[in-house]
Amino acid sequence: MRLGVLFSGGKDSLFACWKAMQQEEVTCLITVVSQNPESYMFHTPNIHLAGLQAVAAGLPLVEVETAGEQEAELLDLARALLLARERFGIEGVVTGAILSIYQAARIQRICRELDLWCFNPLWHTDQEAYMEELIGAGFRVIIAGIFSCPFDASWLGREIDRRTLDDLRKAARKYRITLTGEGGEFETFVIDAPFFSRRIAIEEASAVCRNYNGVLRIERAGLVEK
Amino acid sequence: MILVVDLCYRDGSLSRAEFVGPVERFLRGAGAEPVVRHYTAVSAPDIEGADGAVLCGTALKDTGFAEHPGRFRWLPAFERPVLGISSGMLALAAAFGGGTVPCCEIGMTDVRVTAPDPLFAGMTGFPAYELHERAVETPRGFIPLAVSDRCVQAIRHRSLPLYGLLFHPEVRNEWVIERFLQQVENTQ
Repeated sequence: MRLGVLFSGGKDSLFACWKAMQQEEVTCLITVVSQNPESYMFHTPNIHLAGLQAVAAGLPLVEVETAGEQEAELLDLARALLLARERFGIEGVVTGAILSIYQAARIQRICRELDLWCFNPLWHTDQEAYMEELIGAGFRVIIAGIFSCPFDASWLGREIDRRTLDDLRKAARKYRITLTGEGGEFETFVIDAPFFSRRIAIEEASAVCRNYNGVLRIERAGLVEK
Repeated sequence: MILVVDLCYRDGSLSRAEFVGPVERFLRGAGAEPVVRHYTAVSAPDIEGADGAVLCGTALKDTGFAEHPGRFRWLPAFERPVLGISSGMLALAAAFGGGTVPCCEIGMTDVRVTAPDPLFAGMTGFPAYELHERAVETPRGFIPLAVSDRCVQAIRHRSLPLYGLLFHPEVRNEWVIERFLQQVENTQ
């Protein structure tokens, strides 16, 4: 089955992509770029680097902009999926949804309207096992946004290796947050994946952070040999 | 042992993690011993060795299981507890001659309990996660236990512990699976 992966640049969408590649044919990545930082569906701090990640993955990118108003952005998502079908013949869509019924139900409805299959390989996954598999499989992921206590500026740019995972576990237990950041506690950016032919090197980045709320904005990045 | 039947389009498919994985994990966490089989590969020893069976759901567009009714012919003679979830409810109903009607629900829906049963004891209603294109026509020998505004949400055989749920209990209503396991224990 030819599939397009809804892609944000973070770990969940790229891990879902990797799972999909093992079963079906992934023909493109699909990104909705939101102008609204409050977007429920699509906002992510380094979406402008989706193109670079797509090159690293050797996959074409279908990119659509949205003003990011709550329900209108779903029309933009539908437009992106139609474009992906037109250009790359997708028969289905893959998402990295883990727990969000809000997101999952909306994407299911759009897929139904467009007669596309919908796959959510991380749906209600064991978050502990997922994070272990992510690291074990060779994904390299950094924390690129923090949106809740106890995540302060020291977390921005940290790679999620086993040591960071230990710290995340402690934080998750103490502050009753999800280990994966699914509740929006933090956001990630993938710099390497098992299917990347080259990895991403961050050349210049600036952190903006206040009161457990901040982003690492990657100003300049390139591709280097692995 | 609980026989967990995967109804997705292919053994080991991309949908398995989504529709079978969460059910399997919940059962294991609750102390049951789940054994997963694709619906095309359920063997006589699997059926004989099972204390109960759970038939899992599928993706919205995934209706291939309905084209193979012969694969579910073991259900009427099984006689131990069965929990059919969403597509699994459709397969269970079909094995007893029940048809389907179009009824699409996606996302959270209010479910109202309409008949007393140990599975829903003490509950008058609850919100549940739905993902289906069709609903069942209650087959002969079954009674409806719960409904939404649109269709029947739960059925049970009149004399056997066979249940069908249109909603997905593994999403936010794991207590239903827990109560089902209680019935498996009680019938052993």
